[in-house]
Amino acid sequence: MAKSVALEIGEEGLREALNGLLKKLLAMGVVDALLVPLKVPAGNSVVQALVTQVDMLKDAYPLAPVMPVNSARIISSMTRLSSSEKKIGVVIRPCELRALVELVKLKQASTQNMLLIGIDCFGTMSVNEYDKFAQEHIPSTAGFLKLIGENSIVREACQVCEYFSPLTADITIGLIGMDLSKEILILANTAEGEEVLQALGMEGEADSGVSSRRDEAISQLSAEREKKRDEFFERTNAQVYGLEKLLTTLSLCIGCHNCRDVCPMCYCKECFIDSPTFEWGADKYLEWATKKGALRMPTDTLLFHLTRLQHMVTSCVGCGMCQEACPNDLPVFGLFRMVGSKVQKVFDYVPGRSVEDELPLVIYKERELEWLTNY
Amino acid sequence: MDNVEKDFEPVFVGFFCNWCTATASDVAGTSRMQYPVNVRPIRTMCSSSVDPLYVLRALLGGADGVMIGGCTPGDCHYVSGNLKERRRIVVLKTILNTLDLEDKRIWLRWISAAEGRKYANTMIEITGKLKAMGHNPIKDYWSI
Repeated sequence: MAKSVALEIGEEGLREALNGLLKKLLAMGVVDALLVPLKVPAGNSVVQALVTQVDMLKDAYPLAPVMPVNSARIISSMTRLSSSEKKIGVVIRPCELRALVELVKLKQASTQNMLLIGIDCFGTMSVNEYDKFAQEHIPSTAGFLKLIGENSIVREACQVCEYFSPLTADITIGLIGMDLSKEILILANTAEGEEVLQALGMEGEADSGVSSRRDEAISQLSAEREKKRDEFFERTNAQVYGLEKLLTTLSLCIGCHNCRDVCPMCYCKECFIDSPTFEWGADKYLEWATKKGALRMPTDTLLFHLTRLQHMVTSCVGCGMCQEACPNDLPVFGLFRMVGSKVQKVFDYVPGRSVEDELPLVIYKERELEWLTNY
Repeated sequence: MDNVEKDFEPVFVGFFCNWCTATASDVAGTSRMQYPVNVRPIRTMCSSSVDPLYVLRALLGGADGVMIGGCTPGDCHYVSGNLKERRRIVVLKTILNTLDLEDKRIWLRWISAAEGRKYANTMIEITGKLKAMGHNPIKDYWSI
């Protein structure tokens, strides 16, 4: 049973209250460093930063509604070779956390010596949108979140996300269903999380009414999101179902492979598509061109997207970073999310649900899927 | 049937495991069993060495179908390659099916080394099914 403690929000507001908590973690040595969103000194952008000095946290915006990079990629690049002896606290969104869980299972990241601080997520805006917005004014975090609630200014991926609450964090910053100007919930989900709360002197169980208010709000929002997701799948389906439609949609693809490069699940050092397997002499191209009279250059647009689906879609967490990276705004997020949900259902697999769930393409059962070879 | 293309001879790629289906094809040949010549066989060391990427490559390159031949469950030379391949092919078929891209042009079959007759019958069956399906529509687009 998770332990939950109420954190009162004082006059100074939500951001200060949370930053106070983060400062304490670092100052008391509960963690040696924090990976947390900071506002950059030049510009308005908020980016993930690895912070070792307490006073730098004055610029922390742990809830700023922007996600430039899926943090799972950052943590993977930090820990793939070796994790640190030092403790690193990580402020992380639910989709980032789910991607991280997948990367841990793929042995591409480690959460050893890491304190995972998950936040309830209200969604994030495109980097550009956020920047434009922040140039005008940076309202209080609570103000931001209210604005998000009232307008559809978050990314499409966030609008249809049903995993807005962290699944596997040590500590959860519970915001959903809370009066953000009064109090929020800090939940300890693991033994380590409980120890940390104790070390911070956060004792006493939150009023059960407050906890159940969050739970109710979560299930209500889940239902809303699932409905939105299904409507979104219908719209996506209309764009990509059938060869003609899929090719029409992919006709805008310029083959930059940005969608792969930002994808937390595309971790290969050298993508198969970039390997010598795909290097050909001019005569080979001419041979292909001769078959149909013409050959689209660069080649293999459809092959690239279908192969990417095959290789990562069992683990697609629907963070939508691919969509952000697409220069021509192809509905790649919808394509991946929709196909992903179908494939994941076959194996009853929810990416990022637990490190215990084994990856569908790593395990097998002797007696399963026999319809495939029965005839 | 009006929609059957006249004189259409489909071409399909066969990825055959060295330890079973490839040997079964030899058995069929040395036993002088008759079967259609529409298959283009490729010998692989295990059905699981067939990354679905190769299946896609064949289909997008204009093959009308793809068959992967592996060992009967329990008989894999490498213990469990065939069962891992089965999951991959299910993923591939689910992806294609979700996008209405004719996943029925892909077959995974278990044919052990001694089953020359089963091999020949499978070739007959797949050729017949592909003839009924007609040519792979991907061939109609140069812009893939």
